[in-house]
Amino acid sequence: MNKKKGFGLLAKQRASGWAFLTPAALLLFLTSFYPMVQAFITSLKTGSSARLKWSEPLFNNYTRMLKDTVFKTSMGNTFLYLIIQVPIMLILAILLAQLLNNKDLKFRGLFRTLIFLPCATSLVSYALIFKTLFAREGLINAMLLSLGIIKENVNWLGTPGTAKAVIIIAMLWRWTGYNMVFYLAGLQNIEYSVYEAANIDGANGWKTFWNVTVPLLRPVIVMTAIMSINGTLQLFDESVNLTAGGPSNTTITMSHYIYNNSLGSGVANFGYASAMSFVVFILVAVLALINMKVGDTRD
Amino acid sequence: MTDSRTRKRAVSHIQRKLIPSYIFLTIMAFLSVFPLFWMFTAATNTTVEVARGKIWFGSHLVENYKALIATDNLWQAMGNSFFYAFVQTIGSLLICSLAGYGFELYHDKGKDRLFAILLLAMMVPQVATLIPLFTMISKLKLLNTVWAFIIPGLSTTFLIMMFRQNSRNFPIDTMEAARIDGLSEIGIFFRMYFPMMKSTYAAAAVITFMGAWNSYMWPRTVMKGNAVKTMPMLVANMSNGYGVDYGMLMLGVLFASLPTIIIFFVLQKQFAEGITGAVK
Repeated sequence: MNKKKGFGLLAKQRASGWAFLTPAALLLFLTSFYPMVQAFITSLKTGSSARLKWSEPLFNNYTRMLKDTVFKTSMGNTFLYLIIQVPIMLILAILLAQLLNNKDLKFRGLFRTLIFLPCATSLVSYALIFKTLFAREGLINAMLLSLGIIKENVNWLGTPGTAKAVIIIAMLWRWTGYNMVFYLAGLQNIEYSVYEAANIDGANGWKTFWNVTVPLLRPVIVMTAIMSINGTLQLFDESVNLTAGGPSNTTITMSHYIYNNSLGSGVANFGYASAMSFVVFILVAVLALINMKVGDTRD
Repeated sequence: MTDSRTRKRAVSHIQRKLIPSYIFLTIMAFLSVFPLFWMFTAATNTTVEVARGKIWFGSHLVENYKALIATDNLWQAMGNSFFYAFVQTIGSLLICSLAGYGFELYHDKGKDRLFAILLLAMMVPQVATLIPLFTMISKLKLLNTVWAFIIPGLSTTFLIMMFRQNSRNFPIDTMEAARIDGLSEIGIFFRMYFPMMKSTYAAAAVITFMGAWNSYMWPRTVMKGNAVKTMPMLVANMSNGYGVDYGMLMLGVLFASLPTIIIFFVLQKQFAEGITGAVK
């Protein structure tokens, strides 16, 4: 009798546990998993948004990408931003965290706050700030002119190469402090004695950095790398607001191009846009898996 | 005497060794702050002064403000952004903390398995869900409502993870005691869990509010028309087209950034805890 009552209570508890997590789980299925399945189904269809029908051949939208030069450019750009920006940012962030983790350093809190500050600005805001700074008639040109470095105003955002550089600089500005905070949190878990031991062994700053800090921070590095790759593959606000993808689509990102193909002004090509977004999904998933595998290997 | 002198010498020796660190950090801090400082000064200058590269404060703030409220409904957009971000914060925190509480403190094999599945949602790119979600929201006739704004962000793996992780610090024994005292399961959540987890809620609230305030792609998709415009949309529209008034634009950007900058300075600890919160 007693036993049965106890079991009933436990079952009741277990059921209330389910009740608590059901709203969140259902919503997540509704706003993430179901749309992903929908996106895949739509990616096999063609036609305007109101009258979608199955493509013929079925994977037509996918083969179409191979011939779409703007899509290939957008993919190339996204990977360029990824390959240049992410490593520089992460190394810079670890370095800053390492410097700020020194107990003898004065004004640590102040430095930390100031370097962290760019995260407080929205992506749209900072894109517009950098757009104005690097405008043809803007502060950067005025400064370089008065220093005699350039002879006439440079059209930073109107030239493909410099426009990409500005996007990368802007992203470095916005996200380095963000990643630094993760490393600072990670460094706090490393015992100070580890560093003292390294010092006694005669390791200099760089050696300590590469042989002590980096290996101990490995889990955090993997995580920040996954987050940064994920974020860069989905880059949108910067491309839209800094360069508008231009000049003539040379700086456009994948998310931006997909948006233009579906909900931007112009054609609503849901099928094709869905196919491209499915490619982004696969890229994110594959890169995350690679990253976790790399992070898992032990020396 | 000698002892304090040698200590002093040792200290100054350490500080001397740190000079390169100070220089590097000062440069980085300057680069981090300068664009924002410049945003403040540009908001007080004329468009010509901004274009000429003036760095210091000017006297054109009032004119920029007048021009801004003449072309755009600034305070309506500010109000919209506040309202949406506020509702988003309340809704997301309630739903995700309940889930984190359920997943951790009532955990069994089935729940752990479901959680592992839910984690996969982190790999779903926003742009892929855009079209299906847009279709869903418009079929439900929710376009241009606060529901359209908040629904995709109500349940996020990030927040569920954060509450699940932090729930490990919640003492399970007190739950038993509360049950014996006759408190219901949901009663335990509201009467005990909620007050005890205040710092987690604060951190989650800061990042959810800031994220909602700053969000752009989704609101741009479902909030059409002037009456429902948010601040990021307002400033993004200002910069389109030719003959942009830089002073006025930077004042708009200032308005769009000020709330989050203030939150940052007042609640920096919570913000830092919030972004790193799910990964202890």
